[in-house]
Amino acid sequence: MAPKLEVEDLNAWFGTKQVLKNINIKIEENAVTAIIGPSGCGKTTFLRCLNRMHEINPDARVSGKVLFNGLNIYGNGVDPVMIRKKIGMVFQKPNPFPMMSIYDNVVAGLKLNGVRDKKSLDAVVRRSLELVNLWDEVKDDLNKSGASLSGGQQQRLCIARALAVEPEVLLMDEPCSALDPISTAKIEVLIRKLAKTYTIVIVTHNMQQAARVSDYTAFFYLGELIEYGPTKQIFENPKHELTEKYITGKFG
Amino acid sequence: MKVKYKNKHTVFPYLKWLIIGDNIFKIISALFASTILLLLGLMVYELIKGSWLSIQTFGLDFILGTKWDPAISKVFGALPLILGTAVTSAIALLIGVPISLGVGLALSEYIPKRYGFVISFLVELLAAVPSVIYGLWGMFVLIPFLRDYIYSHIRALFGFIPIFSGPIYGGGVLTAGIVLAIMIIPTVSAVMRDLFMIVPNSQREAIIALGATKLETVKTVVSYTRSGVIGAIILGLGRAIGETMAVTMVIGNRFQVWPSSLFDAWYTMSAIIANELLEATYDLYVSALMNVALALLFITLVINILSRLIVWRTLRLVRGIAKE
Repeated sequence: MAPKLEVEDLNAWFGTKQVLKNINIKIEENAVTAIIGPSGCGKTTFLRCLNRMHEINPDARVSGKVLFNGLNIYGNGVDPVMIRKKIGMVFQKPNPFPMMSIYDNVVAGLKLNGVRDKKSLDAVVRRSLELVNLWDEVKDDLNKSGASLSGGQQQRLCIARALAVEPEVLLMDEPCSALDPISTAKIEVLIRKLAKTYTIVIVTHNMQQAARVSDYTAFFYLGELIEYGPTKQIFENPKHELTEKYITGKFG
Repeated sequence: MKVKYKNKHTVFPYLKWLIIGDNIFKIISALFASTILLLLGLMVYELIKGSWLSIQTFGLDFILGTKWDPAISKVFGALPLILGTAVTSAIALLIGVPISLGVGLALSEYIPKRYGFVISFLVELLAAVPSVIYGLWGMFVLIPFLRDYIYSHIRALFGFIPIFSGPIYGGGVLTAGIVLAIMIIPTVSAVMRDLFMIVPNSQREAIIALGATKLETVKTVVSYTRSGVIGAIILGLGRAIGETMAVTMVIGNRFQVWPSSLFDAWYTMSAIIANELLEATYDLYVSALMNVALALLFITLVINILSRLIVWRTLRLVRGIAKE
């Protein structure tokens, strides 16, 4: 299988502080890749470099290449707006648009693309909400505010919103850290389901979660990629001493 | 955390005195606070008392009448003044609101914080300039400039439209609207900036991650606070309606039902009070001016209360969501 994303010599800074050092990694298509590591190791920054969200901070800087289907997203003349339409993102805290209805939340991205046709919007809303297993819960309340849902429902709404624009890659930044165990379980099931058709990169603090949902795992420490491989191998037979210490809970 | 001190002064005897002191201070504060309400109440009472003669004489005709003749027939009708106030305020909003929106967005979305505060400071300084200075500037700088370089061109280009035809004096309806616009910009843009600043970054990131351009991101920020933005606009309206000094210095002060064009002179409610109160030589004349003042106070109070409520509600709503 060809890699969906190839990261070459990626470095990232906030001001003068370097938060990512020479990252090289190949992310496989239609698989879940988990990024694990202690707080402040650059997991989230790495994720945000994959769809050029890192640079929206005025102090942020990036060097290196990220090849998406072979195209360097940091190349000259590449519009970050187009990249973000193809590489969607779900955030740590559910962030639906509270002033919009559930329906409008789902189609927010499509409206940016100029889709106005009611029929196709209706279809997308239904398909996206079904995909995230939210349709049955909200189908009668599509006009209610996105903020009226529970935390877990909000996060699934945010996933539906990201999927509605039909990205090829979905980046998830600790999507369950603000949720209760039942909501977390629902989202984990969802991630496995989505992995059949999407390439997913998920940052997580929770190692059990990484073990449960991912096919590949990358361990980051102090801005460096320490070890990367199939999840089974990382958890059962880590090659690097730091990885082993981390997954056995000796630091974290 | 709330702790119950049941027998505190048996444990700490001096606490009793502290608590008495607390209560005294509370009562004094409450007294001071209530003077505000008292003042407002007295003001309304005095205005009603002062305008009673006019209210009795003209009744509703005062609001709907179009004649203001203190010299001969002694009939007073304020409709032209109300219209003048409404139109100049509307022009002020038409010009001032887009600029304020731009200033607010520039400060919250475009200019880096470390430079933005300088502009914020200057904008707020504008609000502190006494209105008579705006008036003087309007008379000696803006009027000659508009008359010589702007209005003649507007008339040459759009003269076929009635509102842009007719003689140009320099001062007049449009000039008053422009001066008012400049005067409301500081207040309106400061409120808008505060509204946009409290929009959580997670909202901006949400739309950026969906592939929004900068402009689309900014639109999301505005739509997030739209009810507050409307409140800010109404706040500006309240300020424009009540403004007196600068307007009376540039509007030309001519009592007429409807001006022949935007370049023509007109009158507003506040301007006529400032100009004619000293010339009012008999009771009904004074009472009529008081009646104008009463109507003005009523309108500005309603508008201000409305706008404050809307802005507060939005701020509370947005902060509430941001906290979750």
